Amino acid sequence: MPVVAMTVNGKPASADVEARTLLVHFIREHLGLTGTHVGCDTSQCGACVVHVDGRAVKSCAILAVQAEGADIVTVEGLAKNGELHPVQQAFREHHGLQCGFCTPGMIMTAVDLIRRKPNLDEKTVREELEGNICRCTGYHNIVKAILAASQAMR
Amino acid sequence: MYQFNYARPKSLAEAEALLAKADDPKLLAGGQTLIPTLKQRLAMPSDLIDIGGLKELDFIRAEGNAVMIGAATKHATVAQSPDVKKHNPALAALAEGIGDPAVRHMGTIGGSIANNDPASDYPAACLALDAKIHTTKRLIEADEFFKGMFETALEDGEIVKEITFPHPEKAAYMKFPNPASRYAMVGVFVSKGPWGIRVAVTGAGQDGVFRVKEMEDALAKSWSPDAVASIKIPAKGLNADLHGTAEYRAHLITVMAKRAVAAAG
Repeated sequence: MPVVAMTVNGKPASADVEARTLLVHFIREHLGLTGTHVGCDTSQCGACVVHVDGRAVKSCAILAVQAEGADIVTVEGLAKNGELHPVQQAFREHHGLQCGFCTPGMIMTAVDLIRRKPNLDEKTVREELEGNICRCTGYHNIVKAILAASQAMR
Repeated sequence: MYQFNYARPKSLAEAEALLAKADDPKLLAGGQTLIPTLKQRLAMPSDLIDIGGLKELDFIRAEGNAVMIGAATKHATVAQSPDVKKHNPALAALAEGIGDPAVRHMGTIGGSIANNDPASDYPAACLALDAKIHTTKRLIEADEFFKGMFETALEDGEIVKEITFPHPEKAAYMKFPNPASRYAMVGVFVSKGPWGIRVAVTGAGQDGVFRVKEMEDALAKSWSPDAVASIKIPAKGLNADLHGTAEYRAHLITVMAKRAVAAAG
C-alpha cells in the first residue's frame, strides 16, 4: 500500500493507505479529524470541503494520494489559540446553522470565498454557495454570517 | 471503488511510458468526473496515471490571435486568467459556470474534453470556437475530436496537451443548468470569428455536442436574436430523461441560442 504524507492543520500526517482511499476518509478515519463530514458522497453537498494548498476542494472527490505533499486545512485548523476564526464566530453570532451537519463545509467554503473575493455582496455569496447544500436553514442566516465575516475581516 | 494502482509521473514522457505499460490504464487529471465514476463502480481501470499536477500541462498563453491553454489547467484558473478574460471573455465566463467553486479548483479543461460528457460545457466552446486540440501524437480539429457520447478521436496512449482557442470577434455561452447536478440541460455557444459563424449545443444531443447549421446560416444573414427565434429544432436524437423530454430540450435550444446571441452583442 502506498504511504501518503501531507501537512494537515500545520502538522505532518502520514499513513499507509490503499490507493483508492478518499482524502475525506484519510482525514476522518486515519487522522481522527471528524469535523469534515460526508454528506452525499456524490460530490454535490459540500459537507466535506477542506482546503488543499489554500483552495476549497471537495475531499470526497479526491484521492488521498492526489494530496500527497499538499498543505491541508480542515475545520479543526481554523481556530487559533482558542479563538474562533472570524467566519466561525460569525456563524455563531448569526445563527448560521441548525443541525450543523453542513456547517464545516459551509465554513471552509466561506473562508475560501472571502479570500478570493473580499468585497462580497449577497448575490455573490448565494452564487458561490452553489456547491454547498443545507437542508435546515434555507441559507438566509448562512449568507448573513458570511457577509458579516467578510466585513469583520476587511 | 475497485482497487487500482496509482502513479504520479513527473513528466509527460513518463506518463506516456506508464500508459503504454499498464494493462487497462486511465489518466487522472482533476478527477471531478472520474473519482465519482469510480466510486459508483462504473469503471474498473487497472492503473490511474495522475497527470493533474504536471506543470508542463498547466499554463495559459496568449500568442498571435489565439489563447493556448494547457490540458491540466483548472477551470478556476481559466475563469480568472487575464488573457482569457481579455481575448475570449465568453470562454472565461463558461469556465466560471462549471460545477461549483470547489469543482472548479480541481477539474481541468483537458479532462473535460477527453471525457466528452454529453452535458459538459467545454466541448461546446471547443466546437463553437474552432479550437485546435494538440495531443502527444497530433493536432485534432474540434470538428473531428468529439465523436459521440463519452467518445473522442483520442487513441489509446494519446494524451491531450493543449487546446488552442483562436480569438472570436463575438461569442457567448448560455446554459440552462440542471439545478441538482449543474450540468447543462441545454447549453448553446454562439460565435463569430475568422471561421465564420458557429452555433454549438451541449446537454441536448444523444451523441454529445453538435452544431446547428440552420442557425449558423440564419446568423450569417443577420446577427440578431430574432434570426434564430423562429428556428425549430427537431426533437429526434435529443436526450429525454426525468429532467425533461426531448421536445423540451429542443425548445430550450432555440431559447438559449436567442439569449446567447443577445449576450454576444
